[in-house]
Amino acid sequence: MNKVEKALSELGAMDELAAQDSPIHRLSAAAKLLNTIAYIIIVMSFDKYQLSGLIPMLLWPVLLFQLSGIRVGTCFYKLRIVLPLVMAVGLFNPIFDRHILLHVGKLAVSGGVISMLTLMLKGVLCLMASFLLVATTPFDCICAALRKMHVPKTLVTLLLLTYRYVGVMTEEVAVMTDAYHLRAPGQKGIHVSAWGSFLGQLLLRSMDRAQELYSSMLLRGYHQHFHYAPEKPFKAADAAYLILSIALFLALRFVDLSQLLGRMIVR
Amino acid sequence: MHMADALLAPAVAATMYVASGTVAGVSIHKLKKDDEPQKLPTMAVTAALVFAGQMINYTIPGTGSSGHMCGGMLLSALLGPQAGFLSMIVILAIQCLFFADGGLMALGANIWNMAFYGCFVGYYLIWRPIMKSSWFGSGRSAQRLRIIVASIIGCVVTLQLGAFSVVIETSLSGITELPFGAFCALMQPIHLAIGLVEGLITAAVLCFVFESRPELLRDVEAEGKGANDKKSLITTIVILAILALVVGGGLSLLASSNPDGLEWALFGNEEEGYAANMGLDEEDFGVSSKAADTAGSIQEATSFLPDYAFPDSESPVGTTVSGIVGSAIVAGVAVLICFAGGFFRRKKAEEVPAEGTKEEQNT
Repeated sequence: MNKVEKALSELGAMDELAAQDSPIHRLSAAAKLLNTIAYIIIVMSFDKYQLSGLIPMLLWPVLLFQLSGIRVGTCFYKLRIVLPLVMAVGLFNPIFDRHILLHVGKLAVSGGVISMLTLMLKGVLCLMASFLLVATTPFDCICAALRKMHVPKTLVTLLLLTYRYVGVMTEEVAVMTDAYHLRAPGQKGIHVSAWGSFLGQLLLRSMDRAQELYSSMLLRGYHQHFHYAPEKPFKAADAAYLILSIALFLALRFVDLSQLLGRMIVR
Repeated sequence: MHMADALLAPAVAATMYVASGTVAGVSIHKLKKDDEPQKLPTMAVTAALVFAGQMINYTIPGTGSSGHMCGGMLLSALLGPQAGFLSMIVILAIQCLFFADGGLMALGANIWNMAFYGCFVGYYLIWRPIMKSSWFGSGRSAQRLRIIVASIIGCVVTLQLGAFSVVIETSLSGITELPFGAFCALMQPIHLAIGLVEGLITAAVLCFVFESRPELLRDVEAEGKGANDKKSLITTIVILAILALVVGGGLSLLASSNPDGLEWALFGNEEEGYAANMGLDEEDFGVSSKAADTAGSIQEATSFLPDYAFPDSESPVGTTVSGIVGSAIVAGVAVLICFAGGFFRRKKAEEVPAEGTKEEQNT
């Protein structure tokens, strides 16, 4: 399977996850979107040395994974994209920040090591949060929630249309790439002589397709108004989910649960 | 260059959202004003194409490695800066949501770093001036050369600006201990090489479009225009000179005797008084001034957990041990939640077939 096909199957897998049924899947998209934003902001706000305070934030995505019935492993596959830049930045911290922050027995741990671990954990937590949002909410419902939150109609319609065509275009690119590699076995990528024509051909076809798409939209009565997914009403359960979860995040932000639990045992 | 949420502080992420949101608002307004409803499907299909096209690996001759196409320049050359910018926003949002390529809260920063520079700086300061100039004379071959030059300069400059913004945003967020100069030295050369390759690939695609359907490209005339537009050439040279000064000025930080220019500018020179660089009065605005005390008290009142710090805790060893023990308990709770979830799911799965058999028996 080439890179393009992998992306295509990843896209399909996310759609399948979002189509499942669970208590989390049944919640309103707006509640889940706001919850995710609040979670990420609170995770981002932790200080670089607050590793022990940050660890309890892990409980929320773990709980959601269990409630939604989604395997945690599916999310960790995506870490291959997030971690390189985070690690490239974080790996320098132990080199430049060498002041000793704590001792674990005889082992001295520098501030750089703590800040590096905090940074990586933040990366993992934020990834889990946005993954859970998309894995438990169909994309058209996210777009409907964005409209409800007054994101401009042009942008939301463009988002929906592009998402629809990402699958089509990616499939075409996958077929073209396969065909190219069958005719050029052993070649790693597209040869310099075909740089322009390979994507250029598809681009020209796509521009024509866009015109046809617009004509068909007009024939079906498109007058600059797009019909979004039926909006789920914002029920009391959604409000309770949102309020309680944000209250929990704030509590975990201000109270270091790890320290608190540890003191109960150590003392 | 896609930034993850972990690399930004909430204040920086919010600022970048406001900046990118403002440009998006202006772009939408401009599109509506131009009344181009048919543009929406074209934008969507082209954005989807660029999204898919960025996954194609192009072999770089003689290196064994591969490169990708630059979306911002391609989209603005085909759709114009405003439509290109909105299409790039959508591409970045889909990449972030479905492929974890960039964070949800870092989306504002990513839009700025890749879409704004690629579409607006790339189009208004590079693509349009070069395409309207009389560089390389007239005729189709001159047009083709202008496309190649504009694509390469556009990709290199916009990628350099984007990479420099990543450095500034990360440094301002206080995420990395890497000194500003060293961070620049790490980011800029890599993106210089990437920019050159992306420029060449983008130029190849745009040249193909020019040969087949030149009317699809912005500011390109099919038959080549009259070549005596001296005013636009001068404008181009002036703009490029200003751009070179700005980029050169940014890069000179790497070579200067004081590489941490940003830190120097932000925190001042201790020997000369912290306020000396800003030209402010030391007594009124220095570190021990009333203004500083007031700012300090406001910061203390508004900051999350102001007194929290590992090193200054009352009993460092005690705090450390309790922190580790507590974290282990939290990890244990997380594992328990997983076990409980698995147990209930298994139980539910066992119940469902049992009920099914009962129904079958009844029928």
